[in-house]
Amino acid sequence: MRKFLGLMTAAVLAVSALAGCSAQQKGGTVSTDGSTSMEEVIGVLGEAFQEKYSGMTFTYNPTGSGSGIQAVREGRCDIGLSSRSLKEEEKADGLSETVLANDGIAVIVNPKNAVNDLDIETIAKIYKGEITDWSEVGGTDAEIVVIGREAGSGTRDGFESITGTEDACKYRQELTSTGDVITTVSQNPDAIGYASLAALNAQIKALSVGGVSPSEETVKDGSYVIQRPFVLVTKDGVELSDAAQKFFDFATSDEAAPFISQAGAVPVK
Amino acid sequence: MKKQKAFETFIHGIFLILGLITVGCVLLITLYLVVAGIPAIRKIGLGDFLFNPRWASTASEPSYGILPFILTSIYGTAGAILIGVPIGFLTSVYLAKLAPAKVRTVVSGAVSLLAGIPSVVYGLVGMMVLVPGIRSLFRIPDGASLLAAIIVLAIMILPSIINVSITALEAVPKEYEDASLALGAAPVETYFRVSVPAAKSGIAAAVVLGVGRAIGEAMAVMMVSGNAPNLPELFGSVRFLTTAVASEMSYSGGLQRQALFSIALVLFLFIMLINAVLNFFLKRSKE
Repeated sequence: MRKFLGLMTAAVLAVSALAGCSAQQKGGTVSTDGSTSMEEVIGVLGEAFQEKYSGMTFTYNPTGSGSGIQAVREGRCDIGLSSRSLKEEEKADGLSETVLANDGIAVIVNPKNAVNDLDIETIAKIYKGEITDWSEVGGTDAEIVVIGREAGSGTRDGFESITGTEDACKYRQELTSTGDVITTVSQNPDAIGYASLAALNAQIKALSVGGVSPSEETVKDGSYVIQRPFVLVTKDGVELSDAAQKFFDFATSDEAAPFISQAGAVPVK
Repeated sequence: MKKQKAFETFIHGIFLILGLITVGCVLLITLYLVVAGIPAIRKIGLGDFLFNPRWASTASEPSYGILPFILTSIYGTAGAILIGVPIGFLTSVYLAKLAPAKVRTVVSGAVSLLAGIPSVVYGLVGMMVLVPGIRSLFRIPDGASLLAAIIVLAIMILPSIINVSITALEAVPKEYEDASLALGAAPVETYFRVSVPAAKSGIAAAVVLGVGRAIGEAMAVMMVSGNAPNLPELFGSVRFLTTAVASEMSYSGGLQRQALFSIALVLFLFIMLINAVLNFFLKRSKE
């Protein structure tokens, strides 16, 4: 009896392995790797893609822009995801970028904070530690608690390069995820932080920058200044697999635009 | 008879191989850390790496000084020991010698439960309760600080200290205590003058074990300490050796990544040192 069961299991396994094989040949796999800020956008696109092409498998490995770029270079994934433009040295290294969407970085404070609007110079001064009290910018008399992301984060890189505060930020806390930043700011009435436009929720308040509040329209027309590109990274001279090419075409088509908006980013098309 | 002997040898062989797996893992990890950790130290320079107080790994002119992390790890561990050891030591004396059986069952159960809580849960509770609590209690702008990390670590090391100390106290021969009591000493006097001195090596081992646990913890302290690479201050935002590796690893590249491995190597050497001390105490307690 036991022998029989064993045989049956082996047979079933063999058949399912075969089935798996054939499905893969028909469908194929697209693997993406990179920016954690792009999680929502890429998640929605991946789902829509799998719905359109049944049998395709889509994977996303949230490791960060730097790791994603590295993964493409080493051929460990089909498409890399970066929430910053490629650096010159990376382009020289045989990588090319395709801008998928733009993302606004919102400057966030606790809802109890009386301040609603700051201009970009003031934000830079706060992050550089030149302004340290909310009363200096029209708030209550309390020390500003500056929250940021860890070194290497795409959001931090984007924020610092746009506000011109590279290497000069005096962070009180350096947190390792967008969610942590939002939780911390929602818990501390004197905190200021930054997070992807797509991740905003009711726990925190997004400031308008120079009178322009962050939204899809203001990012698209360029009037909201703190924004950065979401980029698909591919390797020159390496042909994408059939499945990966299909995903690439889909993600950059007009058809994908509503999905990108749905995820809170602003499509380029 | 011969067959049985062959069987014995065979079993011995299997046990030897299983034993060597552990040894192999330790050797592999040591070797890897040394190989991965040395290049960055060579590039940066050992003195600069260990004693430069500025860490700015992604700046345009990067600086890789880990003095803040080393000091934070030492201060944080020392603080946790300062709070955790008195509580843990007195608890273990109470549980081993004084507590009624029922109380003992309940408290030991709670201690074991404390040991089983994952560190991320400690971190989460610390983040939601302790950090805002410290902020309002001390009227400072932000509660994420060395103090918050010390408190979390002090609680986390309690189970190791209590459990090992209880074992040491229970190993004290009953005759010692009986003799002391027969000479007219009060029970509490007996426990502190006779039992505790007799178990002191074991208790010292418990403390060292607590140090090892505190210095190696990453997740919980990352969530409550703020993570800015400052020199340690009780109410300031700080970064530990462990969190320095954990927080930047996912996005790192090049020399930055190599430097993170070097930090891991320094941490590993710290822990080896602590282990050596632990072995010393354990050996003494056996003799």
